[in-house]
Amino acid sequence: MNDLAPQISYMLASGMVVCSFVLLYQIRLSSMLDVFAFQAVVLACSVAWQAHTQDSPQLYVTATIALVVKGGVIPAFLRRLMIKLKIHREIDPVVGVGLTLLAGVALAALAILVMFPVTAHAATFTRDDLAFALAVILLGLWMMISRRNAISQIIGFMSLENGLVLAATGAKGMPLVVEISVAFSILIALFVFGTFVFRIRERFDTVDVHVLDRFREDRQ
Amino acid sequence: MIAFGILGVVTIPAIAVVVLALLPGYRLGALLNVIVSFLTMLAGFSLLGEKSFSNDIFILDPFNIYLILLNTFVGFTTSVFSATYIKHELETKRLSLPFVRFYHAMYQTMMAAMNLALVSNDLGLLWVGVEMATLVTVMMVGIYRTPAAIEAAWKYFILGSVGISLAFFGTILIYLAAQGTLGEGLPALAWTRLQASASDFDPALLSLAFVFFLVGYGTKIGLAPLHAWLPDAHAEGPTPISAVLSGLLLNVALYALLRIKMVLSANTEALHPGPIMVVMGLTSLLFATFMLYKQRDIKRFFAYSSIEHMGIITFAFGIGGILANLAGLLHMTMHSLIKSGIFFTVGHVSQAKSTQQFSEIKGLSVSHPVLAWGLALGVFAIAGLPPFGAFMSEFLIVSSVFVQSPWLTILVAVALVIAFGAMLMRLQDILFGEPTGASHPVEASYVPLFAHLTIVLIAGVYLPVPLVHWFEQVAAQLK
Repeated sequence: MNDLAPQISYMLASGMVVCSFVLLYQIRLSSMLDVFAFQAVVLACSVAWQAHTQDSPQLYVTATIALVVKGGVIPAFLRRLMIKLKIHREIDPVVGVGLTLLAGVALAALAILVMFPVTAHAATFTRDDLAFALAVILLGLWMMISRRNAISQIIGFMSLENGLVLAATGAKGMPLVVEISVAFSILIALFVFGTFVFRIRERFDTVDVHVLDRFREDRQ
Repeated sequence: MIAFGILGVVTIPAIAVVVLALLPGYRLGALLNVIVSFLTMLAGFSLLGEKSFSNDIFILDPFNIYLILLNTFVGFTTSVFSATYIKHELETKRLSLPFVRFYHAMYQTMMAAMNLALVSNDLGLLWVGVEMATLVTVMMVGIYRTPAAIEAAWKYFILGSVGISLAFFGTILIYLAAQGTLGEGLPALAWTRLQASASDFDPALLSLAFVFFLVGYGTKIGLAPLHAWLPDAHAEGPTPISAVLSGLLLNVALYALLRIKMVLSANTEALHPGPIMVVMGLTSLLFATFMLYKQRDIKRFFAYSSIEHMGIITFAFGIGGILANLAGLLHMTMHSLIKSGIFFTVGHVSQAKSTQQFSEIKGLSVSHPVLAWGLALGVFAIAGLPPFGAFMSEFLIVSSVFVQSPWLTILVAVALVIAFGAMLMRLQDILFGEPTGASHPVEASYVPLFAHLTIVLIAGVYLPVPLVHWFEQVAAQLK
């Protein structure tokens, strides 16, 4: 193997982190979806590259799933949902862009600080992949916490799952059963999300989850 | 026989899902739900006394046989309770027929998923089981479609899936730690192999993996401060689901965490999971104890009591040693049986009074004497009064801790007494006084409730010697 292989995987993994950062400051729901779809495509490339370098053809299946389901079907479905609910022009403002991004940088640094020492004995590309994957996971979490719109939270969660797949494929030879389950879980997740988003809209005329909190306060 | 048992507990409910989803009509669905749960229980009990067995996918040892028995038994009794409960919900039009069909299918999906988690040796498969059970319960919690139910389901979903994602990252890390020694592919995730060669793994990776597992599965166990979803999910879903959530799903999550703990204790250089579990257990216990006084909703109240007891159990396993582990196992069993029994009663009470608010439930001993007795006995049992089994297990916990760290004993004992006070206060309000508000006669299934209470009572008075030996065996295995 020449030196190019780890560099390409490095580039693709870091590309995913960049996508996560871009996601953090998107305010329009539709552009958020675009960025998410792009991240899924980068993920697919990264997984395909791992499949090539690790010489494990079953990873191509994972790459295809990422490309078709997360890069195509889910964004398309969510877009249709948004048009149906008439929220595709809606804006979910980021409160304090600067602070949000700073926190994001801190989280990415944390991921690298945590992962590099413990994976000192692992192969280089595993190291990079895992550190970046953890960064994507933490940024996804951060997005779920800092946003108040149900759809933004869904996108945050799915971007977090992208990080999980990146980590799983970075670990060489991880049994396929796990990858299938990840893909599977996303499908179910979408199903659950879809129903909930619909019901939230049905009841409250908005997908702003803060409205839900009001009900809770009334009740207690 | 082993193959029949292992495959049975997973495939019987899995096949039933399809049938139940297609079956029209409530009666047939409920009946089939009970029959399938009974068959699953038979399959589970066929494993009784089997020798340990494991391959890269499945595992059978005293620890999981014990939990499979408990799981399938409570699954069966809950299905009996659920039949009368759901009938009432149909009559009062809180649920419509398609939703009931969905409910029955989901009930069996959940049983299949939990049993899968229990029998799998592969940590990835274990994760799949817990994740599936979580997603299914999310849908069940939201089934009434009231604003409060949707809010509860949404919160459960967000917190549950974040927890489960972190647990998955932990799984990847443990695979990486094992990969060097065990080679690539399935063997590096097989729990038996992991435990056998854990001493060769990189301790730093193993410790980091445990942190992710602790946060991930800890969310599902409902340990404070990761418990936020639990009271809402218990309060807003159908009561049979509250019963299996408290009685079974929390146990399954704890089981997963204990398996990881066993891998870590096999490596002397890795982080010691014990102290962390002690702290989290104690925090949950103390926090939930005080929260009990603030609750106005009867199902939320008992949900906090579940946090309290999962705290005690985690605490006991954190202390470790054969005696504390034995006490933890016993308490796990007792809590499962009593808490699901209490939820059976609470379900009927809230149907009889058409409310879950304490302020509107009064004078139950006059209007519904049998339910009142059931609730009183259940509350006495969960509060740890003799002669019920929970007294013995809590006594064992306190005395085993006293040997190792007397100061912690005081904290635990004080928390238990404070919790008892809250229980007594609420019970008095419910049972006595003039009956107020709406009150309907209710068709209740008393058999599951009193079956649970009888077992707990017998366990408190006399534990058969073979059973004690079995528990000791599991406790020794847990280290």
